[in-house]
Amino acid sequence: MEMLWFWMVSVMVAIYSALDGFDFGAGIMHHFVARNDPERRQVLAAIGPLWDGNEVWLLAAGGSLFLAFPKVLAAGFSGYYLAMFMVVWTLLLRGISIEFRSHVSDRMWRAFWDVTFTFASVLLPILLGAALGNVVRGVPLDESGYFNIPLFTHFGTENPVGILDWYTVLMGVFVLVTVANHGALFLGWKTEGPVHDRACRMALPLSVMTAVLGGLATLATGKVNPDIYANLPHAPLAWAGLSIFLLGLVTIFWGQLRHRVGVAFAGSLAFIVGILAATAGSVFPVMLKSSLAPAFSLTAYNSAVSAQGLWTGLKWWLFGFPLAVGYVIFLFRLHRGKVKASADGKGY
Amino acid sequence: MTDPIFWHRLQFGFTAAYHYLFPQLSMGLALFIVILKLLARRTGKESYRDAARFWIRIFGINFAVGVVTGIPMEFQFGTNWARFSERTGGLIGQTLAMEGMFAFFLESSFLALLLWGEERFGRKLHDLAAWALFVGSWLSGYFIIATNAFMQHPVGHRIALDGTFQVANFLAFLFNPWAIVEYVHNMVASVVTASFVVTAVGAYYTLRDSFPEQAKIYLRTGVLVGLAASMLVAFPTGDQQGKMVAKHQPTALAAMEGRWNSGSWAELNLIGQPDVRNRRLDNPIRMPGLLSFIAYGSFNSNVKGLSEFPTDTWPPNIELLYYSFHIMVGLGTIFIAIMAFAALMLWRDRLQKIRWLLWVLMLAFPFPYIATAAGWMTTELGRQPWLVYGLLRTADGTSHLVHSGQTVFTSLGFAGLFVVLGFLFLYLVMREIVHGPEAHATASAEK
Repeated sequence: MEMLWFWMVSVMVAIYSALDGFDFGAGIMHHFVARNDPERRQVLAAIGPLWDGNEVWLLAAGGSLFLAFPKVLAAGFSGYYLAMFMVVWTLLLRGISIEFRSHVSDRMWRAFWDVTFTFASVLLPILLGAALGNVVRGVPLDESGYFNIPLFTHFGTENPVGILDWYTVLMGVFVLVTVANHGALFLGWKTEGPVHDRACRMALPLSVMTAVLGGLATLATGKVNPDIYANLPHAPLAWAGLSIFLLGLVTIFWGQLRHRVGVAFAGSLAFIVGILAATAGSVFPVMLKSSLAPAFSLTAYNSAVSAQGLWTGLKWWLFGFPLAVGYVIFLFRLHRGKVKASADGKGY
Repeated sequence: MTDPIFWHRLQFGFTAAYHYLFPQLSMGLALFIVILKLLARRTGKESYRDAARFWIRIFGINFAVGVVTGIPMEFQFGTNWARFSERTGGLIGQTLAMEGMFAFFLESSFLALLLWGEERFGRKLHDLAAWALFVGSWLSGYFIIATNAFMQHPVGHRIALDGTFQVANFLAFLFNPWAIVEYVHNMVASVVTASFVVTAVGAYYTLRDSFPEQAKIYLRTGVLVGLAASMLVAFPTGDQQGKMVAKHQPTALAAMEGRWNSGSWAELNLIGQPDVRNRRLDNPIRMPGLLSFIAYGSFNSNVKGLSEFPTDTWPPNIELLYYSFHIMVGLGTIFIAIMAFAALMLWRDRLQKIRWLLWVLMLAFPFPYIATAAGWMTTELGRQPWLVYGLLRTADGTSHLVHSGQTVFTSLGFAGLFVVLGFLFLYLVMREIVHGPEAHATASAEK
């Protein structure tokens, strides 16, 4: 049961990353691929109807973590205190950038929100990547099950650690480039005209950088947390994740070389989901690794609520999850087709 | 001021109060939009559709701010109230996760459709989107209130050996009697807010002689819905809420009324200033027996005073609790009077001619916001010193490793962000109101 919930939470985190990842990517790329207001609005129209629903996956994943593993939520959120607020504030800034921009057709108003949108879209993946890095590296959880670390200390991975060190920053940059690539592929798939052309042109070098940084991150992970690779032989789901990850990477290049950018975008979705699945599979059952002693680590088994609580949650989750997936399918079908750049003032 | 608990409480209280300025209008307006759409369908009049479009634009701005100020709250459970989250996550995690699953997905999927999709996707889907936002936002309200109700009146749980709260009876927890009463009271209050806002815009246009047809619709629907909601907020929902507090939180009731000594024929204090140190109420104007009657249904029932309880179970801020309660009740009474008089004038077809009344209706819209904030302060201050009433103290629920240097920083950050956000919101909404409803089919008739 605990294992099932571990995977339910992981699946939701993976869906969140794959979906909101392309919003972030569109935000990172829009200054480069869209050069005038109709083109900027084209980018926003491509993600506009989707971003809010994508972000709900974060809340749904967080909610599921809360109900199944409240100890992990409590320790993680209070431990990464300042970083959490940076995430919250940046999410806030991104949300209003997208929603407020269209209301006033003034050049300065729109230029301002364009910059805040980019700023938020760059900072968020770095922070979320660093968060992933922290989970892999471990934190100084003590016997009380809590920790609290500053944003940065000496940028080394030995205690006293900060949220940012060379490894977590590397992970942040890796995630940043990955979602930039993801966003470029999304825009290439979803738009037409000059935005499409520029997005496709920029995607290939980004894909190369993603692959290179992915290799570096894999090497660094082995150095920071050797247990992860030691666990691999006993973790079939991690192997599955790794295969999806590699298949995704190949598809990203194959799709682009064949000029089938939709296929490449699908590869990028698989790439992101695969990385997270591989990570989840190889750290299981540890959810928050203690760098002080393995016994202090929070695992799916020592931090779950009662079996009855997990059962109760599962009953409505089995109804709610397909519903949520149904909404995603409904949204993508409703907004299917390519988004054009339009000069009229309607919509985003 | 250097006590970490003070900053945790201040931050959560401030961000929650600020956040709730927006959802209350969203939930109330969602009902109005559905009503306008139904009226359009029944009468076939395009003016109702224009009205719906106008309020959807306001709704869009309001909803966006509601979303971005609400997300921090979800995080703050973990960041600032870690030990509370750890111990009660088994229960409140359920309702918070259900809110995401059943309410947020529904709302977010149809929001863009409601805001931008009428032309592109047609009337039917657009009407469906209005219903989706109405159902979604009202569902969301229920899950939050059910979460709060557990803190006020914990049921359906058991306490495990390690001190954590675990599910014992999920349905009892989800349909906590406190949650039902609190929910209905809260939702009609949100309709009061929206009806005062709709009425205020109607009054403004009438006073300025602009958009007469639209102004008429806003005044009519605003006043009629407003009268019904204002009465429902007091009776039966407010009354039931009061009885619930009397039954389960006697210390809160005593502090709300500044009542120190027990006795029958308990008086209701209309005005007065509680002097906590000397345990008395200064300058009281009181109605004998009324508190006994309101709390227990008979004039000679005994209502306990604070002296009967150990001081470490008293709400720590009796003064603020007392005023919050009295502001809420006082304003609620005034709302009924205003709306009843306006409805009478509407019925006699004189509402649009009485300029002073239009001024009152235009300027009254901030007060429901104050009343709902005061109402929530009454609920939350009355619950103190407990996080989970009678079971978990507030002091034992904070993130104990987070130091004041961190909470002061983030509190200041929120203050700064929310001030900017408030200005932006007011600017955008004022723009929409000044620009006014665009007559869709009857462009020439209105301008």
